[in-house]
Amino acid sequence: MHELSVCQALIGQVERVARENGAHSVVAITIAVGPLSGVEAGLLEHAYPVAAAGTLAEHATLTIETVPVRVRCRRCGAETGAQPNRLVCGSCDDWQVDVIAGEEMLLTRVEIETEPAPVH
Amino acid sequence: MCRDCGCSLGPAAQRAPLAAAPSVPGRTETIEVITAILGENDRVAAHNREHFDQHGVLALNLMSSPGAGKTSLLEATIRALDGRLKVAVIEGDLATENDADRIRACGVPAVQITTGNACHLDAQMVHDALQRVPLADLDVLFIENVGNLVCPASFDLGQHRNVTLLSVPEGDDKPAKYPVMFRAADLSLITKTDLLAYITEFKLERAHAALRQIGFQGETIELSHRGGDGFAAWLAWLGREVAAQRERTARGETARPSIQPEGAAAHAAGHGPVR
Repeated sequence: MHELSVCQALIGQVERVARENGAHSVVAITIAVGPLSGVEAGLLEHAYPVAAAGTLAEHATLTIETVPVRVRCRRCGAETGAQPNRLVCGSCDDWQVDVIAGEEMLLTRVEIETEPAPVH
Repeated sequence: MCRDCGCSLGPAAQRAPLAAAPSVPGRTETIEVITAILGENDRVAAHNREHFDQHGVLALNLMSSPGAGKTSLLEATIRALDGRLKVAVIEGDLATENDADRIRACGVPAVQITTGNACHLDAQMVHDALQRVPLADLDVLFIENVGNLVCPASFDLGQHRNVTLLSVPEGDDKPAKYPVMFRAADLSLITKTDLLAYITEFKLERAHAALRQIGFQGETIELSHRGGDGFAAWLAWLGREVAAQRERTARGETARPSIQPEGAAAHAAGHGPVR
């Protein structure tokens, strides 16, 4: 199940960032995922609590920002949106395009708690 | 059960609610980072690539659906090469040594990775398997990934080239259905063309069109592992890639598949597209 593997890798990166910044715990995580990364946002959400259990990020919320696919045409130079299975220029319909967005699988933001929550 | 890869994760419609933030937070701080989520896998993959390059070995990642003919292609390739290139194979499957046994029967070393329920190989699994691969004696290492058109595309293993197989019985629209996988290929093989006479629904021109539509810009070879011009073209491609890898190694350079997941990191950092 590769979304679980991806979540475990994500938690590894989050814990590294958290430790480097002296975090007591992680409150929120934001990631950017494009359709061409090969991971599915819904499945990531499902796998996330399993991967986060017992880590600094156990109670962190996960926000997934979906990055739409964009291509730049090598022929006419236009930058347009595209479907993952139709990577052609939206302006002139040529198939010789470079993907400029939509492949992302990135950790973009980590919100940490640097002091323990007050005891009550 | 997962619709894509048969694992135990439920479909998206049944997703669980996300974990809630604690209601009484202490002092919080937001850290902006741009980090590849699979950065650790990428690090191990780069390490694998160094191993291959140290020994001048060309590493190829073979990906396709189950039953597209990866192992049959390798058997036929090893027999046709007849020792002219020194080959070893890493086999990835959920279970059994069957494929490794078939490769060993052709007289070359094979290491089987059984992933349990994991639907793809990752760089660490390949690194562990490399301990049992005689890299110093090789020209080519084939890594036959788990038969799956979804998950393997996201994980760099340290290979120099990705080769995908699309077999005639699967249908000519497979690239449109699984764009991420087929786009990741440097070489796309349309296999089992000996069945074209029986499976008349499969149109080669439609398969080529589907590959173009998903932005595949590599080379395509139509072949049957039973022989013919296409099979000869595949062997010629292999020979060229082995020679290119030797030249790169001599210059202290390496190569990566043309489409890499980390391309995303470069985009976010404001660089141009990675080719």
